[in-house]
Amino acid sequence: MNPSLVVCLLLGVFLFALGLGAVLTRREAIAVLIGIELMLNAANLNFIAFWRLGPDPAALSGVLFVMFAIAVAAAEAAVGLALVIVVYRRCRTTEVDEVNELRG
Amino acid sequence: MDAMLVILAGVTALGAAGAVLLRNLVHCALSLVAAFLGIAGIYLRLSAEFVGLSQVLVNVGGVAVLIVFAILLTRGGERVKARPLGPGWTGPLMAGAVLGVLGACVLASRGLAPSPAAEASAPMREIGQELMTRYVLPLEVVGLLLTAALIGAALLAMPEREDP
Repeated sequence: MNPSLVVCLLLGVFLFALGLGAVLTRREAIAVLIGIELMLNAANLNFIAFWRLGPDPAALSGVLFVMFAIAVAAAEAAVGLALVIVVYRRCRTTEVDEVNELRG
Repeated sequence: MDAMLVILAGVTALGAAGAVLLRNLVHCALSLVAAFLGIAGIYLRLSAEFVGLSQVLVNVGGVAVLIVFAILLTRGGERVKARPLGPGWTGPLMAGAVLGVLGACVLASRGLAPSPAAEASAPMREIGQELMTRYVLPLEVVGLLLTAALIGAALLAMPEREDP
């Protein structure tokens, strides 16, 4: 394979694994959202890499898909952070382990 | 091998590692900005100029600033506790397993044809024409989604009224 494509794909894998680790291990809700952002960016990086270095760069599907993904990621971040602020107002904490009012 | 690409990938990887591993949330957000900028540089290097500039505008200028605001509003940066980072080894183990399996798959794959010699580029005129013709319905849906997200986020974060 093209070495540039391998570099991009390996970076995407690394970013996705880091984001997954952040989502699974961090306690603060904002750090979890940072991990989700990293995973979304890893997916976008793969789209761009396969668009540019793949077999059919004339089609603009990769670029347009990344544009829509960025828009959806921005909406997700806005709503997620608003939820974090609401949770902080109610529970005085943003740690996901300590927000357990509904625990049975 | 593209040396510039490798350097940008290293910057991005360092920033992402800092965003995940640092303890102070403000430092995490700043490392995330570095990672976003590295990814934007990779987009520019791969001749996707419009996507790279959108990445800078939206992710660095919007999402990262939003994260910093949320950290300051919830005062998450002050509280640096000496507790262990997570509930054990399962999370890092799963992330490492994903990293190993996906990385091995990437390194072992031979399926993709080598890239053609033709210079790929995405001029803004063509992107705009595609957005207005073939992708016009997704564009409208994204507009609706952004409006709903804007109103929803503002309503959620609005201070609660004291009901009499």
